[in-house]
Amino acid sequence: MSRSFRGGVHPPHRKKSTEGLPIEHLAAPSVVVIPVQQHIGAPCEPLVAVGDRVLMGQKIADCAARVTAPVHSSVSGKVTAIEMRPHPNGRDTRAIIIENDGLDEKVAGLTPCPDIDLMSREEIIAAVREFGIVGMGGGAFPTHVKLTPPEGVTLDTVLLNGAECEPYLTCDHRVMLEWADDVIYGLRCLMKGAGVEKGMIGVEVNKPDAIATLQKAAESYGNISVVPLKVKYPQGAELQLIDACLGRKVPTGKLPLNVGVIVNNVHTAQAIAQSMKTGMPSVDRVITLSGACVERPGNLLVRVGTLFSDILKERGQKCEPKKLVCGGPMMGLAMYTPEVPVCKCTSGILALSAEEASYEEAMACVRCGKCVDACMMLLHPLFISQYGERGMWERAEEIGALDCRECGACSFICPARRQLTQTIRLAKSDIYANRSKK
Amino acid sequence: MDTNKLTVSSSPHLHAGGSVRSAMLHVLLALAPATVFAVYYFGMTALLTVITGVVAAVAAEAFFLWVMKKPITPVRDGSAAVTGLLLALNLPAGIALWLVAIGAGVAIGIGKLVFGGIGHNPFNPALVGRAVLVISWPARMTAWMGPGLISAATPLAIYRDSGNAGSYRDLFFGFIPGSIGEVSAFLLLVGGLYLLYRQIIDWKIPVTYIGTVAFMMWLLGPEGWFTGDPLFHVLSGGLMLGAFFMATDWTTSPVTKTGRIIMGVGCGLITAVIRLYGGMVEGVSFAILLMNAFTPLIDRYTMGRRFGAR
Repeated sequence: MSRSFRGGVHPPHRKKSTEGLPIEHLAAPSVVVIPVQQHIGAPCEPLVAVGDRVLMGQKIADCAARVTAPVHSSVSGKVTAIEMRPHPNGRDTRAIIIENDGLDEKVAGLTPCPDIDLMSREEIIAAVREFGIVGMGGGAFPTHVKLTPPEGVTLDTVLLNGAECEPYLTCDHRVMLEWADDVIYGLRCLMKGAGVEKGMIGVEVNKPDAIATLQKAAESYGNISVVPLKVKYPQGAELQLIDACLGRKVPTGKLPLNVGVIVNNVHTAQAIAQSMKTGMPSVDRVITLSGACVERPGNLLVRVGTLFSDILKERGQKCEPKKLVCGGPMMGLAMYTPEVPVCKCTSGILALSAEEASYEEAMACVRCGKCVDACMMLLHPLFISQYGERGMWERAEEIGALDCRECGACSFICPARRQLTQTIRLAKSDIYANRSKK
Repeated sequence: MDTNKLTVSSSPHLHAGGSVRSAMLHVLLALAPATVFAVYYFGMTALLTVITGVVAAVAAEAFFLWVMKKPITPVRDGSAAVTGLLLALNLPAGIALWLVAIGAGVAIGIGKLVFGGIGHNPFNPALVGRAVLVISWPARMTAWMGPGLISAATPLAIYRDSGNAGSYRDLFFGFIPGSIGEVSAFLLLVGGLYLLYRQIIDWKIPVTYIGTVAFMMWLLGPEGWFTGDPLFHVLSGGLMLGAFFMATDWTTSPVTKTGRIIMGVGCGLITAVIRLYGGMVEGVSFAILLMNAFTPLIDRYTMGRRFGAR
């Protein structure tokens, strides 16, 4: 029996073109653009200067703040510039531009960590920080911060998110299938780092091979279980995943740690294991390249800092994309230029045709209630959206505008093509703006 | 890549593909079996009534939009055609066609467009049209006919006067006098199930509506408590048509889960009260109209607990 949550929608999967393709290594590009901020929290300060030679795995930016993660060079070569560059988050961000010398010369002192049974909790947390590990599912929250909860909070479970409910994306699927042992080892690191005994991995049942492989890899660990989840969007939403796997509902305005859980992506766990075993920090990741306009789609292991344009050039283009999306089509961001780099949290690059990214003019709300049935937070998107449009922010907040996680299910299902998620997003920012004014 | 051609918009970037127009076409399709049966049973007069209703409603919408100097493209969403068809199906066989046209004009003009068009009307437009006709031309609106346009009393009237329920088989398949589209409970049920299958309507309103009428009629029977004939009341009058096709109207029924149950139960209670104690023998239209008035209030107070609410 697979578990699930209330609400949700069933978007087309569109995973067929890449789910069967093994992870391919994409050659490092001649130039990498590495933003000093690839995480939630304080931006890092560059530790190198223009003209410096840097080596692969060398720390090139860091910061003393608690919520931050250091940044490392993904190639060896020369720093040619430190300047503002377009970032997948839509804002220009300071980036370190490195000309790749093609040697992949590793920085000295990269030593594998001892087996985690020989490491203390503090050592694991320090290692996770030094490796620059952040949430690779898209959230980009520094992982070491999750492992150090505030006083008074008791954790009991680390939950890995392998739902991969976004259409098109198959990178997590491939990671679970091909690197299952790493995923389990990474989970054990996280469990020890968080000081908990229980580990779980939630995977949608449309990936039976991944479920079987993980179950086999976890066989000898009685405290780790794989939870099959119903195929429904957004099954991978943090709160819904916790509800489905553990039957715990995170109270409004609280965090998963308030119910004793931390949630990490399966790829994050794999990256931790990889870094622990090799000593090489987080400098590459698997992305799914897909969409009707891509000549050769696939699951690609790419260096952090590789520009979307380089990847698209390498894999060919069948048609002029209507939209270039970073992430999945339900929550991903549409790029205005392909000159943006892959960051640690970039899960996919989708070059969508006009047909895939269909758009129609909205009409009046007909009150069909489909958005109400679709909302995983049990909100009433039609009303929040209408209050938002009329500037009635207080009323919008009263009926739960700030609970919205912007999963996109309401806009996806609306037969009147209303921009519900989008207007609620606006209402939320207006509510926050109004609040800070007071 | 020509970056000038990249569309930048806020997520989500996918859509399920459904539209209001396609939903309306499904509703028309779901009403087709009952409509075809009406033509077979009542003859050409039923066909003319249906055609007049649909054409007049669509023409009225186009005309009023033109008068208001608005684009007439909304006519294409199909909702006016559904209103026209539902109105026609709620009229007695053999009714004068000019009355049908007036009803359709009222339904679209006063029932819908004065409030701002689709999505904004508080009352079911077809029922507004019908209510105006019933109040303005009561004799014509209750001149029920059987096949061959021979005057005949409806089963509900016969039952009230004599307590005779007639044949359940005729009631179920529709070989009874009545409004042209309400007679065949069977074919309306087929259409209703189709809408459920297509997820255009929710089961809550029709099930609670029909269930409440059945229970109330059984409870308050002619011989005392629990002596009524629930099956007769479920199969007669406009209950099937109202429960599946009109109480479920998107715009005028609640959007919340609890609200839909309240809507169904409320419609059922009012229908039962009118049938048992009212001046009319049938109460579906007015029950739905009354509950339509409560819809915004019901929505407001039945939003329920949000995820994670304490």
